[in-house]
Amino acid sequence: MTRTGLIRLAVIVASVAALELACRLGLIDHRIFIAPSEMAGALFKLLAAGSINADIERTLGVITLVIVLSIVLGFAAGLVIHALPRLREALDPFFATYYAVPIFIFYPVLIAIFGLSPLPIVVIGVATAVVAMIIATLNGLDRVPRVLLKVARVHRLGRLATALTLQLPAAAPYLFTGIKLSVSYGFIAVIAAEFILAPAGLGRDISDAYADFDNRRMYALILFLLIIATIVNAVLHALDMRFAERRSGGRA
Amino acid sequence: MTDAMTAAITPPATAMRRAVDTLALLLVMLAIWEILHRIAGETALPAPIETMSYLMHAVTTARFAENAAATAEAFTLALILAYGIGLAVGIWMGAHRLSGAVGEPILVSLYSLPKITLYPVVLLIFGLGISGKVAFGAMHGILPVALLTIGAIRAIPPVYLRSARSLHLSPWQTIATVLLPAALPEVFTGLRIGFTVTLLGVLLGEMFASKAGLGSMIMSDMSLAQSTDMIAVAIVLFAFAAIANAILLWIEHRLHRKV
Repeated sequence: MTRTGLIRLAVIVASVAALELACRLGLIDHRIFIAPSEMAGALFKLLAAGSINADIERTLGVITLVIVLSIVLGFAAGLVIHALPRLREALDPFFATYYAVPIFIFYPVLIAIFGLSPLPIVVIGVATAVVAMIIATLNGLDRVPRVLLKVARVHRLGRLATALTLQLPAAAPYLFTGIKLSVSYGFIAVIAAEFILAPAGLGRDISDAYADFDNRRMYALILFLLIIATIVNAVLHALDMRFAERRSGGRA
Repeated sequence: MTDAMTAAITPPATAMRRAVDTLALLLVMLAIWEILHRIAGETALPAPIETMSYLMHAVTTARFAENAAATAEAFTLALILAYGIGLAVGIWMGAHRLSGAVGEPILVSLYSLPKITLYPVVLLIFGLGISGKVAFGAMHGILPVALLTIGAIRAIPPVYLRSARSLHLSPWQTIATVLLPAALPEVFTGLRIGFTVTLLGVLLGEMFASKAGLGSMIMSDMSLAQSTDMIAVAIVLFAFAAIANAILLWIEHRLHRKV
């Protein structure tokens, strides 16, 4: 490990240790914060007892659905919009402002329309994540070399065949940026929606535990979600590094 | 590219057509809203025209003004904190190489965490009042401001710093007269993104647990099945965020062009 890596590890370990010590010595009220070791212990018990398995399955299932839908719909929409330059120009101002407005405040409206079920969560998740995928698809398609499209025409490929066998792989490194953003937006939107109001799920669990003053359970669940998010981010980061190599491979 | 050049490349007719297309698209969206309204029914999704006329009336009510003032107060405080702390951390980690190398990856991973999960912790520490949502909003804004400031300061050519040293500038003078002006365009990008996410943070905070503010107004509208009011508030917030973003983008482009 490099020197900076070691220092970073030391900083993180020291912060956790300081927190642990402060909690153990009673410097931090246990009604506000519990020691990291206690959180881990409580999480281990929850997982061993299997009492949160249903919620884990549900939440991760909804997140997966949201991500898959966003990627597929986003890519398809990107293809269509890319083929219609005039529509794309008209949409540009919307894309530029989309992530600047708090889309999430529409979640209660969706509950009013669809009722309290997983459906509004999926809709708000896809609404949050899909636009990043559309924008990335447009960027990727802009960078597909013209000559490849001519090759497709020489081989008399249809629209769909061109899209799947040629444009998709050629734009892949750029599409990955969109996938990465879709995953993190989807994750955040689903958890936030469950947290604010949902029939069940990990976010709902945390908010219930908060309302019940059940700190051990709450911190265990928070720790669980943060661990999952960190693992997902680490995997995406590792993949991104490989794609970045491919992106610069031709030129560097 | 200067305005004159852009104007030369895109003839006014094209710009005009583009604006018309965008407007047409807006009308299509309103039409889709109207169709959805017919399907979903009056209570779930009110008609667009009805909502707009309601909106004009709703923004003048005392209830709206009180909640908007509460959100504005929390947002302003959160923004001041996010900008202050974000810039301080960003300048420190950008200017001090080792701190930056150690700290930046930590900030990046914090940035990608779903911060909403930490809201109960924030509430336990800061309480249910205004300080809770201010802290939560600031938590969202600090990271992008800090990260973009780090990047901006690192991108400053070293010769600027060497000339600052040869002029015997104090650390403060170096920051105020060399670092900030050189890094301003990118730093401003951070401030713009920080603005957006801080607003989102404050609103999320209000939606989850608060008795005041536009976020909580939307939630209470939902439980009272007042869809028109709910959508009206959402539109006001959208309009505010979109206009603010457009202004900040405009300033940002001007700053980038100057360098």
